[in-house]
Parts: sequence; structure tokens; C-alpha cells
Amino acid sequence: MSLWEYANPVKFMLLSGRILPFLTGVTAFCLLGGLATGFFDTPDDYRMGSTAKILYVHVPAAMMAINAWAMMFVASLIWLIRRHHVSALAAKAAAPIGATFTLIALITGAIWGEPMWGSWWEWDPRLTSFLILFLFYLGYIALWQAIDDPDKAADLTAILCLIGSVFALLSRYAVLFWSQGLHQGASLSLDKDQHVANVFYQPLLLSIAGFVLLFVTLVLFRTRSEIRARRIRSLQMATNA
Amino acid sequence: MMPDLGIYTTHVIAAYGATAILLAGIVALSVLRSYRLGRDLERLEKLRASKSDG
Repeated sequence: MSLWEYANPVKFMLLSGRILPFLTGVTAFCLLGGLATGFFDTPDDYRMGSTAKILYVHVPAAMMAINAWAMMFVASLIWLIRRHHVSALAAKAAAPIGATFTLIALITGAIWGEPMWGSWWEWDPRLTSFLILFLFYLGYIALWQAIDDPDKAADLTAILCLIGSVFALLSRYAVLFWSQGLHQGASLSLDKDQHVANVFYQPLLLSIAGFVLLFVTLVLFRTRSEIRARRIRSLQMATNA
Repeated sequence: MMPDLGIYTTHVIAAYGATAILLAGIVALSVLRSYRLGRDLERLEKLRASKSDG
């Protein structure tokens, strides 16, 4: 049994149909559990006060904004190299989810920045690279909509995705490249001085698991929709021929 | 029980509210599209089956 067998749309629909109900339950448990624990059961931070609770929505969303693009990058490469349609459709399905996570990270970051930095927005390296990443998401979605031929659209969006990966990487490592930014370093780190305190760590981990699972669930769900849309298109073309 | 968020109540509630709205939005759009496409595909498959029978 090879992983590539699931590039067959029929097998993908069968497998995803089986695992989606279970995955939806686990996603709801982790997401609601993580956010509820973070909101209700964690203390205020000694410097940031109750705004520390924004951590549980901001950090997972920002992580997934970048990781969604990384998943699209891998799926696009698979499309360009092996021409598996399911991988192109999975990349297409992931884009609106990634854009949503990026928007959440930008909005919650602005809300958090106002009381901490005294400003809703700064042209800080991380903030700016995240804004550019969001624009890349919008461009990627628009490009899929603009081209009628699905294979040509998959080719061009895959190339756009490869170019946009530079900004996805930049969003992740901008803090390290330029030290003059306002944005703090990573909350989760092997460095004990930088790593978030234990009392905040477990709810954060659960919340991150919830966001990761929500992404996987929605990508499977939306890829199934894209496969159906492709099937409808071919049926309509056969009817009109 | 609602925790005491002090002077940052508006900020924290706004951050969680915006997240809830955006996540609910992407889930709702995904479910609605899936439902619509499933219905359309079923209709087309039936049409195709009836044509091949006839």
C-alpha cells in the first residue's frame, strides 16, 4: 500500500469520508478545550495582565498561517512533479483556511499590540511579512478563480505558491533576521528564558492542537468539495458535448 | 464563571470574538459549499443515469 494510492480521488473520498466524523469530534474537543482553559483557567501575566489570554488565539493562528502555506508548498510541488490532481485540489482547498488564520493572527496581534505597544500597527518585520503573506493568500485564491482551465490554474498557482514561500519563511524567521522589530521572539522555544511559563504552556499546547486539527479537518472537507466540483464540471462538459 | 479581565476586558473579548467569528465563517462557508456541490452532483448523476437508461 503506497501513500500515492490516495491521490486517486475515489480512494481519497472513501478514506476521508471514514475519518472525518472522528476527526471533527477530536478537533472540537481540542479547540474548545484549549480556548476555554486558556480563557478561564490561566492567571494574568505579571507584565501583560489579562491580555496574555490572547496568546491562545494569536499564537496558534500565526503558526497555522505559516504551516498552511508550507502544506500548500508541498502539495504544489507534488502537483508540479507528479501531476496528482488531488494534491492540486488540496492546495486550493487549504488557501482560504490559511488566509483566515493569517487574518486572525493580524487582527488579534493588532488588538494585543494596542495596549502593549501603544499602537494597533507598526511596520515591524514580522507584522509586515505577515501582511504580505496575507496578500499572497488573496492573490493565490484570486488566481484560481481567474483561470478557467483547471490544469493551467493549478500550474500557475503552484508557481505563485513557490514564490510566496519566501514570505512564509520570512514571516517565521523575520524576528531573527532583523532585531529592531517590536515583536517578541517565539513563545515556544527550547531556550528556557524565552519559553512560555508552564502555567500557560498546557492550554497553549491544547489550543495549538485544536488549530492544527481544525486545519486538517477543513482541508479534507474542502478537498472533497473540490473533487465534487471537478466531477460536476466534467459531467457538464460531457452533457454539453 | 467569567474571569476578571480588568482594564483589558475589551481587548481580550474582542480578540476571542474576532477569532470565533472568522473560524465560524470559514466552517460555515465550507459546509454550505459542500452541501450545494453534493446536491448538484447528485442531480447530475441522476440525469446521466436516466439518459443512459433511456
